[in-house]
Amino acid sequence: MSVAAATLPVVARARRRVSFRAVFGLGVLLVIGGSAVFAPQLAPWDPARQMLLKRLRPPMWQERGLREHPLGTDHLGRDILSRILHGGRISLGVGLTAVTLSALIGVTLGLLAGFFGGRADAFIMRIVDVFLAIPYILLAMGVVFALGPSLLNVILVMGATRWVQFARIVRADVLSIREREFVAGARARGNRPLRLLLRHVLPNALTPIIVVATLELAFMIIYESALSFLGLGVQPPTPTWGWMLADGRNYVATAWWLATFPGLAIMLTVLAVNLLGDWLRDTLDPRLKV
Amino acid sequence: MVGYVGRRMLQSLGVLLGVSVIVFGLLHLTGDPTRLLLPLEAREEDVRQLRALLGLDDPLWVQYVRFLGRAVRGDFGLSFKHQVPALALIFQTLPATLQLTVAGLGLALVVAVPAGILSALKRNSLLDAVCSVGVLLGQAMPVYWLGLLLIMVFAVGLGWFPAAGRDGWTSIVLPATALGAFSMARIARMARSGMLEVLAQDYVRTARAAGIRTFVVTYKYALKNAAIPLVTIIGLEFGILLGGAVITETIFAWPGVGRLAVDAIFSRDYPLVQAIVAVLATLFVVINLVIDLVYTYLDPRIVYVRSAR
Repeated sequence: MSVAAATLPVVARARRRVSFRAVFGLGVLLVIGGSAVFAPQLAPWDPARQMLLKRLRPPMWQERGLREHPLGTDHLGRDILSRILHGGRISLGVGLTAVTLSALIGVTLGLLAGFFGGRADAFIMRIVDVFLAIPYILLAMGVVFALGPSLLNVILVMGATRWVQFARIVRADVLSIREREFVAGARARGNRPLRLLLRHVLPNALTPIIVVATLELAFMIIYESALSFLGLGVQPPTPTWGWMLADGRNYVATAWWLATFPGLAIMLTVLAVNLLGDWLRDTLDPRLKV
Repeated sequence: MVGYVGRRMLQSLGVLLGVSVIVFGLLHLTGDPTRLLLPLEAREEDVRQLRALLGLDDPLWVQYVRFLGRAVRGDFGLSFKHQVPALALIFQTLPATLQLTVAGLGLALVVAVPAGILSALKRNSLLDAVCSVGVLLGQAMPVYWLGLLLIMVFAVGLGWFPAAGRDGWTSIVLPATALGAFSMARIARMARSGMLEVLAQDYVRTARAAGIRTFVVTYKYALKNAAIPLVTIIGLEFGILLGGAVITETIFAWPGVGRLAVDAIFSRDYPLVQAIVAVLATLFVVINLVIDLVYTYLDPRIVYVRSAR
């Protein structure tokens, strides 16, 4: 196709330049992931330990800052660095499990819709439309509040409201894959539909799934923090970045560091994941529109 | 065309029907709604009486049909907390939310479209680099954090704009910026890639080869065609913005539907929550229907067999 041919140089150039971004993204992600995994070893303080005599101390490079609290302390005298390190465990852990869940739901429905077509397709795609129309954050808040804000409920709700992206992209891909000759061949050899789907169709639809999963991870991290920020995430004393921001909100006028550092952690993580996702897309399938 | 419009409208109705099922289910998720309505120390007898009164003893589908019948007429019941019809409360606060959403989307478009197009025209220039860093940051910055940063810098630090409330035009600047930033990044990115794609098309090369001035080729031929896909994402963007308004309004104490919703959720005001979800979903469906129809009009190449959305 002329479009593909004409945009090829653009893609090639993008790829060369993006590789720096990808390395940057991967590096940042490794640092953040590593510090989340090893938070108990790395964190200088117990993240829940309150030291009321050292309340609201600024970062160490400011006046009144303390060397033992590099990023300062919050309104209860808890060490912000330690809380950010521990909070990363929740953000990344919840993000990864929620993406896995939503991928399982979305990929299954997308496969069924694309492969069987007809009524199954129409029905599934209408459900997709319904989920697109409902403001997911309100739905999630309502459900989490009704069921109680536990770690499990938060993950379930996040997964159940975001599967739509997977379903749409997988369906679109499967629609074209199922017309390909190797599928017809496999069918002619007497493969049953389920085997056909899992052995022949799914492996060929993996590229968009990987790309969407990466970009969705970035989204889930923001989503989890948003629920936390609104008071509906994982409950204290577990530190989460969203909670820290919510705490910091009350001190925007007096203690800027409370809201600044956890937000920076969210942004860096999301940025790194996005860079990685963009690179994956450009490398694996530049025509992919996600 | 008429067939398509009819089918597309029917499909929207189907979506709204699906929305109603979820909205209805929201109330029953809690188990027994009567417990929410009565004080904790209510007698068992009162609970039973209220259950009968609300028709909660009927089979679920009977309750759903009744709910749907009322919802279609705009009757979502009284708000538990405010004791006025839920829909009336929404109509009081909806203008503020629409104002914020439109301002956010408008700001996003005004900044992002020129930025995206210029980046495409001057690819790999300093401007392009600045824009692409902006896009990356904009997509990574959660609205609640950006909102707090804006308050810290422009309200607390510089004192240029108020930090909260809805009072005069200055009060909308910070919330609209916070809300629009994410869309701004996405639209700029799409405008850039769309423009690059169009500039690489054969008809643009032909036009250039025919000696038509670059200015005309760029702004008349290419831009028009690059603008088309942007129209569709505005519909989806609008939905994202309505969702984002929930958080933005909470941060900036903006008296809109989003804040009403958060408040309703925390006070277990289920009729109000149901009404808000239903109204926002309907708004989204209607806007996307209109945009889809405008889209077919703008781009006659598109012949729908089935909606591609």
